[in-house]
Amino acid sequence: MKIVLNKICKSFAGKSVLKNVCYEDDFKALAIIGPSGAGKSTLLRIIGGLLPPTSGELYLDGVKINFTEKELLSYRRTIGFVFQTKGLFEHLTALENVMLPLIHSLQLEKTEAEERAKQLFARFGLEREGYKYPHQLSGGQQQRIQIARAVAMKPKLLLLDEPTSALDPELTAEVLDMLGELQAEGLKTIIVTHEMGFAKRACEKVIFVAGGTIVESGDSAQIFTAPQTKALQAFLNKVLEWRP
Amino acid sequence: MKKYTTCLKQIISVVLVVIILVGFVWISLLRINHRLDFTTLWGYRYRLWQGFKMTLIMAFASLFVSLFIGSVAAVAQKAKFLTVSYLAKFYVQVIRGTPLLVQIFFFFYIIGTAWGVDNRYVAGVLILSLFEGAYIAEIIRGGLESIDRQQFELAKAVGLTPAKTFRLVTFPLLMARILPALTGQFASIIKDSSLLSVIAIPELTQITQEISADNYRLFENYFFLGLLYFVMTFTVSLITRRLERKYKHENSSE
Repeated sequence: MKIVLNKICKSFAGKSVLKNVCYEDDFKALAIIGPSGAGKSTLLRIIGGLLPPTSGELYLDGVKINFTEKELLSYRRTIGFVFQTKGLFEHLTALENVMLPLIHSLQLEKTEAEERAKQLFARFGLEREGYKYPHQLSGGQQQRIQIARAVAMKPKLLLLDEPTSALDPELTAEVLDMLGELQAEGLKTIIVTHEMGFAKRACEKVIFVAGGTIVESGDSAQIFTAPQTKALQAFLNKVLEWRP
Repeated sequence: MKKYTTCLKQIISVVLVVIILVGFVWISLLRINHRLDFTTLWGYRYRLWQGFKMTLIMAFASLFVSLFIGSVAAVAQKAKFLTVSYLAKFYVQVIRGTPLLVQIFFFFYIIGTAWGVDNRYVAGVLILSLFEGAYIAEIIRGGLESIDRQQFELAKAVGLTPAKTFRLVTFPLLMARILPALTGQFASIIKDSSLLSVIAIPELTQITQEISADNYRLFENYFFLGLLYFVMTFTVSLITRRLERKYKHENSSE
């Protein structure tokens, strides 16, 4: 998938979070890494159409995204978004969470939506969780159901905002396995992550964001083995310091 | 066996509480040399029934109108247009900060007369609704604020329209949070409606006053009046408890 970010800026109440973000590449799986508070999540929200940029342009596969509410509504239906935590509707069961957008955003029949949801639950070993409410599910299950909900809508692009940062290592593996499987099937993804192992092995492209701008980007093989900038070198040294 | 003894303990406790309370009232009555005689009330049963119905009608009508007023005031407090927001906040503060009795006189004799609201039933419902609406506005505002903002972002992300977000997300989340408080407020409406007697609406309290002027059995009449209100509010409180249990069931984090 081709993505172009042209001079994207975002500020909240006069405070600048993203400054002149420019990027252009063709990717299957893209990882966004960087220190906390660098603007990674904000950038992902702009790409997902959840947040309009203060200025700048976004193109996906050559199509310009217009940030008007009306056009965003249909744009969001083509993009999957997975939140860091609490990404399920808390008053709905797991199955209902997956069915709701199928019925009300994609206008599917209820029986069709239920069938599609159940197939996904069966495939990812979530059958027993279907009738549970979010508060009855583990963090890993919640994240996998969020991914299932996004995938059920057959998006052209799946965005994930630190989907494993609130999970312990075992649950993290369970979520990343599911994700790896979907990527292998050709699902295009952009993931904001602190899991350097995943960024390195499962994503072929990496963006390093620091201080509200893209400091370095490129193939993940090169980014992790031969970082060019001092900032990225320092960041990688720090996060990989305690690696086993 | 253990279950049996706790059940027995509960029954004994209830009996004890009743004996203590009834005994206290009994002794109090003996001290002032008064013998209760409820028999005269039987003759007024038809009028009491009419008053009972009128109280329920006023309370139900006010419940619906105050829900509407409360919702509008809750949303208006958040309005970007400052005049609207201040007006809503001012309304809530003033109504909650002044006695209902004062409001009834003010709205009925000044505002009502000035704007030609002649029907005292309509006026009664409106005044009571205006009063309860301020409390309901606060309940709704609190409920809205307790919803995690991310639930709305989520609705956006899965492509729901604003109208569907309200119907499928905001409304059910809000209801789960405020239903117990709303039913509790309904019990207040029932009790507060007694003050409508000052504008001569023939509800329970007004009827009781009229009966008292007739049979001079003030103690018995008001005793019975209290009992009737209690029957109504206790019913509401039973419903509240059931709703609360349901609410807990779906939201406990265990």
